[in-house]
Amino acid sequence: MTRRVAVTGIGVISALGSARPAFFEALESGISGIRPMTLVPEGSLRFPNAAEVPAYDPANYFEERDAGFLDRFAQFALIAAREAVGDAGISFDPSLAENTAIVTGSCVGGKTTEDAGFRSLYEQKNSRFPPLMIPKVMANAGASRISLEYGITGPVYTVSTACSSANHAIGQAFWLVRNGSAEVAIAGGSEAPFSLGLLKSWEALRVISPNTCRPFSRDRQGLILGEGAAMLVLEPMDRARARGTRIWGELAGFGMSSDAHHITQPSANGAARAMRAALADAGVAPEAVGYINAHGTGTPANDPTEVEAIRSVFGPHAEKLMVSSTKSMHGHTLGAAGALEAAATLMALHEGIIPPTANFSEPDPACDLDVVPNTARRARAECALSNSFAFGGLNAVLAFRSVI
Amino acid sequence: MPGELVERVTSVIAKTQHIPPESVTIDSTFQELNIDSLDGINILFALESEFDVDIPDDAAKQIRSVREMVDGIGKLLAAKEAAQQETPQDK
Repeated sequence: MTRRVAVTGIGVISALGSARPAFFEALESGISGIRPMTLVPEGSLRFPNAAEVPAYDPANYFEERDAGFLDRFAQFALIAAREAVGDAGISFDPSLAENTAIVTGSCVGGKTTEDAGFRSLYEQKNSRFPPLMIPKVMANAGASRISLEYGITGPVYTVSTACSSANHAIGQAFWLVRNGSAEVAIAGGSEAPFSLGLLKSWEALRVISPNTCRPFSRDRQGLILGEGAAMLVLEPMDRARARGTRIWGELAGFGMSSDAHHITQPSANGAARAMRAALADAGVAPEAVGYINAHGTGTPANDPTEVEAIRSVFGPHAEKLMVSSTKSMHGHTLGAAGALEAAATLMALHEGIIPPTANFSEPDPACDLDVVPNTARRARAECALSNSFAFGGLNAVLAFRSVI
Repeated sequence: MPGELVERVTSVIAKTQHIPPESVTIDSTFQELNIDSLDGINILFALESEFDVDIPDDAAKQIRSVREMVDGIGKLLAAKEAAQQETPQDK
């Protein structure tokens, strides 16, 4: 069985706001959510800025007891899933619940809970440990909590492939729906990486920008970490059409590859193979693609390598592509990145508004594509790709088709 | 360029890279020593611990050879010494 797959629900919580409309508005306005960090003590890091969810208060979303059971990353997952399910207008009766899948991505799981627990052990020498540590820290906590919320009893799991986690998760969920293994899927990613221990580890890797994230700009100085979650609701196109719901776009293809090249350095070859695989899986000709939501981290190494990969896949058509990195606005949310960027890509296809690469200041001859600098563009794309390339050389690319 | 500083820097590089100390000279480039970007930041970390200095990202990005590394560490040590002398003793 092969079915076309529609995206009928989107939920997003990010530095650009607590719900999808705010996310889309910020992307359209080219407003960046990168601001001075508040979640760790000032001056404890060489980089002062991050893309935190602004004024986040769990009490707005959860009963106090419930919130205590959930790490911040799992809270974000559930908040985004609630919005996506509400947007899709689906209710899960027992039969549908059994045929619904949930696949989420997370790079680091409940890191802030873990950090606080370890500090209490190592610093305060507390020998008794909070008993909720294990269920709060596990990377599947978000997926499991979504499953509990809706009584979903089909295939539910979490994948962790660093910065590609969400794309791998969405791709897997897409295949489950396409081949009939699931009738509906909730898929995406969530991340809350702002623990001091983890941030110090990023500092040591020397890839974080001391100011902001300027993808493809000659003066780019690195990535900016972000937090948040995005979830999509996927269902067969026929089912979506039959119930007359809004279709954000078709998820048409998924491609993966491994570089087998280096644990942190990117490879144009591996990235290109994943893009080709996604196009082939979708049955989409390169010339049909009008927009690429780039991995675009803003590091010196990623951006020219990604441009080289795009050129090798698209040849002369690369000149006609619009390629933007929305990480310039919502930051690099690691295991949630692909999910936020899928939402941005669907906005581009459905609304005809191509989100820009914000904070762009100076063209780089090594990144000489149309990177939609600073200002969103009204344009229609027939198809679009969303790229994720992870540390460890693991690449995952989603291909979307416009449905209007 | 003080010999002791060169000796300490080359020895940290050799130890971090697990290569014989005699293979690292003041004239070696990182390319010759097969030091890639990740090895490079590992060496910076080891040097920061060895000399108790903080190597800024900007400066680190420019370094491509042992000589540049020794120069950079020398400057950081000089700055550290100057800062210590400026600190009033009665504080």
